[in-house]
Formats: sequence, C-alpha cells, structure tokens
Amino acid sequence: MSGAAYDRVKIARGGGRPTGRDYIKNIFRGFIELHGDRRCGDDPAIVGGIARLGGSPVTVIAIEKGHTAAERVARNFGAPNPEGYRKALRLMKQAEKFGRPVVCFVDTSGASCTIGAEERGQGQAIAENLMEMSTLCVPIISILIGEGGSGGALALAVADRVWMLQNAVYSVISPEGCASILWKDSSMAAAAADSLKLTAEDAKSLGVIERILPESDIGQKEYYDRIGTLLMRELKELSADPDLVAGRYDRFRRIGRKQVKEKP
Amino acid sequence: MAWINFLKPKNQLEEGGRSGVPIQEDAGEPEKKCPNCHKNIPLSRLWADNLVCSCGYHFRMKARQRIRMLADKGSFRELYGQMEAGNPLDFPGYTDKVETVRAASGEREAVICGTAKIQGQSLCLFVMESYFMMGSMGSAVGEKITSLFEYAARHRLAVVGFTVSGGARMQEGLLSLMQMAKISAAVKRHGDAGLLYISVLTDPTTGGVTASFAMEGDIILAEPGATVGFAGKRVIEQTTRKSLPKEFQKSEFVLEHGFIDAIIARPNQRKLLAELLKIHDGGRTNEWSGL
Ligand SMILES: [Zn+2]
Repeated sequence: MSGAAYDRVKIARGGGRPTGRDYIKNIFRGFIELHGDRRCGDDPAIVGGIARLGGSPVTVIAIEKGHTAAERVARNFGAPNPEGYRKALRLMKQAEKFGRPVVCFVDTSGASCTIGAEERGQGQAIAENLMEMSTLCVPIISILIGEGGSGGALALAVADRVWMLQNAVYSVISPEGCASILWKDSSMAAAAADSLKLTAEDAKSLGVIERILPESDIGQKEYYDRIGTLLMRELKELSADPDLVAGRYDRFRRIGRKQVKEKP
Repeated sequence: MAWINFLKPKNQLEEGGRSGVPIQEDAGEPEKKCPNCHKNIPLSRLWADNLVCSCGYHFRMKARQRIRMLADKGSFRELYGQMEAGNPLDFPGYTDKVETVRAASGEREAVICGTAKIQGQSLCLFVMESYFMMGSMGSAVGEKITSLFEYAARHRLAVVGFTVSGGARMQEGLLSLMQMAKISAAVKRHGDAGLLYISVLTDPTTGGVTASFAMEGDIILAEPGATVGFAGKRVIEQTTRKSLPKEFQKSEFVLEHGFIDAIIARPNQRKLLAELLKIHDGGRTNEWSGL
C-alpha cells in the first residue's frame, strides 16, 4: 500500500483550496444569499441562495469552510448543524416550487458533533434530506470539492449527478476514525485511507459518482468556466428528462446491489 | 458451561458477537445481575419476561427472539434470507471477521426481513441484529431493507422496523454510506404510496442508521433507556471537551427534544403495534365516516 490515498485526504483538507463560496462567486452570476431554516436558526457552515447560470436561475447551496482562521471558526470549520441541512432542504423545496435546478457544493469533514447538534436532531435533519431529495422534481447536481465526510456530505448529495474534483475524497468515516476503531491506532490512518477506497477514482469505479473534474493548473477563469459549461450542459439534459425522479431512484438503487451475494 | 451472549461484557459484544452460543433457556448460568437495580434475576424468568428486568431495564435481545415475541405464532415468513455481504473493497480482515460473526451469531447478516402478522394484521417486518457486528449497515443490509420496502409497496403492506446499529459498516466504505440514500428513497416511495412505516429504536441506534431510516418513520417509537443519537458519545466528548450527562442520547432525552413519538416497553409493544396497524389498515384511510 502506497499511502497515496492519505495524501489525497491531506490535499482535500488543505488550506488554500477554493471553498464553496469561491465556486458560487466564480461560476454563477448575481448570487442572492438566502438565510435561515425557518425553524430555529441560520447555519453559517451552509451558504445558499439563488443565482444565474448562463441566463437561467438556479438554486445554489454550498458548505463553506472559510479561508482565514477567523472565517473557519465562524463557519464551524464546515461542519453543518441541523439548521444548515434544514435551510438547504428549504431552499431545495423552493427550487422545486419554482422549477429551477439545484447545484450543491460539498466540502465537510462531517456533520457537527456537538451536544446542541444532537439536541436539535442532527440525525433527523440528515435523514429528512435523504428522503426528500430522492423525490425532488427538479435536477440536482452535487460536486464534492474537498472533503466528503459521511452522512454530513451525503445529506447534500442525493443527486442526479455527483461529481468529484480530482483531489476530493468521499468516505463513510475519516481514515483516523476508522483506524482508531478497527485497529485502536490512529497512526494507521494512511492504511485505513487506502482500504476505505475514498479517492475520486475509487468512487467512480464503485459507481458512486459520474465524473471526475481535473484540477490542472489552467488559470482561474478557465477553471471555473469549464465547470460552469459542464453544469449548463448537464442541467439542460436533466431538465428535459421526463423520468428524472425515477432515474435518481435507480441511480442509488443500483449501488451495492451486485456486491451482495445470494447463497442458497 | 453454556455461555450466553447477552451476559458477555459489553466490549466483547461490540466486537461483533464473537462470543459463541446463542441464548439458551437451559443455560448453566442460573442468574443474571441487572446493571440497573443490581438484583440477580433467574434466567428462566428473564427469558420468560423477554429480557426485561422487574425494574424495567431492557437487556439486548436477539433478532429472532424479538420476532418470536412480536409476530403471531408461525406467521413469520423470512424474505431475502439468502443475501449476505461479500468483501467488495477487499478490506483487510473483513472476510474473516464476517465469517467469525456468522458462526457466532448463527445469522448471515445484520438484519432479518420478512412478512408476518401481529394480532392478525399483516405487515412487513425487519429486525436488526445487535449480535452481528452491532447491527452495522453494509450493502447486504441496505439491499435487504430496500427490497422489503419495495415488497411492502407492491403488496400494500405497512412496514415495522426495529433498529439497532452502530451505523454504516466501514469495511464496505462508500457502498455502506450509499445504502442510507438507497433505503431512504425506498422509504419515501413506500410512504408516498400512502403506506405506514413504524420504526422502533432499540439500544443502541446510532450513526448512519439514525441519520436515515430510523428517523424516517411515520411513527417513531423507542425502547426505554435505549441510546439514540447520531454522533457517538466519545466523538462528542472529544470534539467539545465536555463530559456528557448520563441521560444524554437516551430515548427519554430524545423524546423530550421532540424526535420520537413515544417510549414503549417490550411487554406493551405487540398490543400497541397491533392497534396502530389496525387504525391504519396498512395505509391511508380513504373514507372517514365517523361511524
Ligand atoms: Zn433491574
């Protein structure tokens, strides 16, 4: 084992990478941020609102980690609370009502693990997103731009298309968590990262994502324009699909099926 | 001496029930100490009382024993019993671990699914197995529960599901994570068809199971004293550097915060489930006459 997967984890976590708001700012025009879950609060770890892609309105939702130390603290290091997931769902339902597609940018080491998050139903909030997103009647594309940490990431990734940046990772548990549970040794994280198959290439070969977005050094404008063009093309195609929701069901229905053995 | 699974120390159970023989009525160990009231209970009585102490403490229960307790005699017909996990990621040690757990638990996977009747009411039933890797959810668990919801939708049946789980099975990586979405979509379809789903949370229900189908019931019940939460206690303590009160994440705490409908002790479960199934007649009431 090479430890290459763990290098990816470090890149995905590393500072200096564009964060959710950078993608919103550079791909879309005229972003109008909408706040609050209409239940109890507004989660700064999730940013959402309406913007234009080309000429057409889209709902954009992004987990935001922040760049500077102060920003990162203010954004709770990109660990959303239940209010964040509920705000995201509210905005998705709004998108459904007005017939505009949804684009999500995912970047979190996981949902917030605090007493307050438990008291306000972190599990319930994620569960509701999984259930409601599965039948949302407008196209959803989710892009993992950094860390895809478990249920906290999946809660914004029940989508028609899921894409990953080349150096993003997507995993059921952090390599450190896995190593400490299985081998009682968090220094085994590199080995765990290899075993968990959490790179973009792994996710693609497992049928969990459709596309890997290259991170080549082509200049900022070209980089974002290329993603914008891909989004536009794909959303146009999905918008014309009369079996959109059934297709989303089948997309997830297939995963893991052929890995299950049936023995008499 | 015949050993009894539920008497094993907790940490051994959480290793995945590698501790041998399932519960036996005529075991050589005559008494069991209740961790709540510290009284010794004769095993035969504990067995007869469905592993509930007179003080109300609920011991963990094997899935098949629970099915015997809940379903009308002879009514349970197992579905998807032949499905089991492979080792899709070639995860080190997983194949051996699963084989050990299979031998110890007598089960192939961490959930048992099927059709049954409760007081004459037909339903689909799934019961997760704590003695199988602490009910961890991999591809096979996801496939079985998804298939059951699809079966229930086709046959217009209610689903009752008993959850017990440490969460998604990390040895199947992303495939396990995706089962949360897959099952949730099937729950939604079943629900959109106007059909009833009751989840009953037992000790412990945590992680990816809490963050998906455990919390998706039309009616969510829980056993007394069950741990119900998303993040593990240890993780929260490490994150927040605070020690947590004893009642944190217990079903009583979750009820107080509004995330479950009721706490229901084992002796009353059959009756309540039967009444809920009768009220819904499997699903939606088309005509309400008031008569
Ligand atoms: Zn007792």
